[in-house]
Amino acid sequence: MGFSGTFIILYIFWIILSGRFDYFHLSLGIISCAIVAYASHDLLFKETKAKNVHTQFIRFVKYLPWLIYQIILAGIYVTYLALHPRMSMLIDPHIIRFKTKLKKDPSLFTFGNSITLTPGTITVLIEEGYFYVHTIDKKVAEGLLTGQMEDKVAHVFMEDHGED
Amino acid sequence: MYIVSILFILAGTFFFFSGTIGFLRFPDFYTRMHATGKCDTLGALFSLTGMALYNGFSLISLKILLIAVLVFLTSPTGTHAILRGAFDSGVKPWTKDGKSVIDTQVRRK
Amino acid sequence: MGKIELEGFFLINSLILGLFVLLCLYRVVFGPTLFNRLIGANVIGTKTLIILALMGFIYRRIEMFIDISLVYALLNFIVTLAAAKYLQRKGVL
Repeated sequence: MGFSGTFIILYIFWIILSGRFDYFHLSLGIISCAIVAYASHDLLFKETKAKNVHTQFIRFVKYLPWLIYQIILAGIYVTYLALHPRMSMLIDPHIIRFKTKLKKDPSLFTFGNSITLTPGTITVLIEEGYFYVHTIDKKVAEGLLTGQMEDKVAHVFMEDHGED
Repeated sequence: MYIVSILFILAGTFFFFSGTIGFLRFPDFYTRMHATGKCDTLGALFSLTGMALYNGFSLISLKILLIAVLVFLTSPTGTHAILRGAFDSGVKPWTKDGKSVIDTQVRRK
Repeated sequence: MGKIELEGFFLINSLILGLFVLLCLYRVVFGPTLFNRLIGANVIGTKTLIILALMGFIYRRIEMFIDISLVYALLNFIVTLAAAKYLQRKGVL
């Protein structure tokens, strides 16, 4: 799984980046991708127990449009704050610390990046199940603490059958 | 089609503009990260999508979209790396009431 | 056929982005702490990426410039990660 998956991804990258389809370049790509995949096959796919990968992938693709919508909202919100003449009255920044129910690495990565890309919040530190998030005012902190986005990410990576 | 790509590139430039203004105006390091981490990602995504639309359907457009995906994945990670470095070496955030870290928890309805 | 008409637009757009780079350079040069300089460098890297791609359309050598742009994106990310990792333990302000 580790070797072949890394090899396929590297080879797709090779074809896109080289843009030549003759035998010489394709075989050169096979050789170099095999060497690199052999050297680094344990980096990309760590401890993947291949369970429900297809469902997770489909749910992740369904999650993306909502994320892009949130990114556009975030850009407009920061634009509003940056161009407001009395900006320092509006903002009330804090670092908040809360416990998360997510456990797996991909879901932590996705949740951290989603927090960074949604309006008014950026992830500072993820440590032993605790998230340190910098929020730019009180209202977005309340919005984050309703746990709506965490439930979405847990649904994508199938972690919502747990204790709570 | 060219009109759409012009609109996309103009939107990207506008977000770059607001990111730059926010970067210069916000009061401290953490709030500046808000401006750069979001507006620049969004500006780069819009500009690259506009350029891919202008170029039409080809391998070059695929490469441009590959750069867009790369920026989309790496920009929040880089932001997070800088923030983590700053937080670990003890940069205090600018706050109104002086408390830097607030303990709280998720409240579900 | 329409590929010729937009070159002026791309040129003006990249000049505007160059102006934003100059504005960010203010923060890099006079920024209060090292971390402000670091994010300034990161922002300038992202803008340079877009300017390089626009350059490719202006000179009509996009197949060459897009590779430079891709390498620039990767290098920008790696430089950010390496600098942040280095500064994490030092406690430099």
